[in-house]
Amino acid sequence: MSVTVLYFAALRERLGKSSETASLHDATTVGEWIAAQGRVDPALADAFAGSGAIRVAVNKTLADLHAPLTDGDELALFPPMTGG
Amino acid sequence: MTVTPQTSEIVVRVLVQEEAFDVGAETARLLADSDEVGGLGSFLGVVRGGGGLTALCLEHYPGMSEAALNDLAEQAVARFDLAGCTVIHRVGRLPVGAPIVLVLTSAAHRAAALDATRFLIDRLKTGAPFWKREEFSDGSSVWVESRAEDDAAAAGW
Repeated sequence: MSVTVLYFAALRERLGKSSETASLHDATTVGEWIAAQGRVDPALADAFAGSGAIRVAVNKTLADLHAPLTDGDELALFPPMTGG
Repeated sequence: MTVTPQTSEIVVRVLVQEEAFDVGAETARLLADSDEVGGLGSFLGVVRGGGGLTALCLEHYPGMSEAALNDLAEQAVARFDLAGCTVIHRVGRLPVGAPIVLVLTSAAHRAAALDATRFLIDRLKTGAPFWKREEFSDGSSVWVESRAEDDAAAAGW
């Protein structure tokens, strides 16, 4: 049971990686996965503990920490968007 | 001679690309798509200089950026009764003065075209997965922070 995780922009640079395959950790929501992954990846926990807000998308659709997460999903984590 | 009534087919054109776009060609393309258009609304965003800034590097989330822009364009068509709309967003390294984003809307009347244009640019700044990094003449670079006024503008719609 795993998820593909993508990181973008300042978060990608901060973590030093743009993507990885990670265990689902039996998480059922994005928030649960972030908490569980943070225990094995302290840099990720630090990024979330910092002052900057982090946005999430599941399967290329904007989501929030309560969004369901299941095996094989593509989870993306990134800073607030600054397009235009 | 039989005249076939023109069905008002709504055309949404969304592109995310590194290459420059041709505003004149895009305008002509949108006008050619409908004979019920009374006006076009347009917004062209460019890289603003000053403070030693030399370029912007635009990163995006391939696949999602196109989907998010398409979703916004379809919202605009439905909400403002547009005949069509075009949204083109560039990515990669863009020097000062370079066009970044083009929003074109066509409608029977000006209010719909102008309102939809502003809706699209306000919403896409904070609602589509693009991120800007500023590059400066001293070699430094910094990610652009999100601005409260941009969030407020997007929420205002």
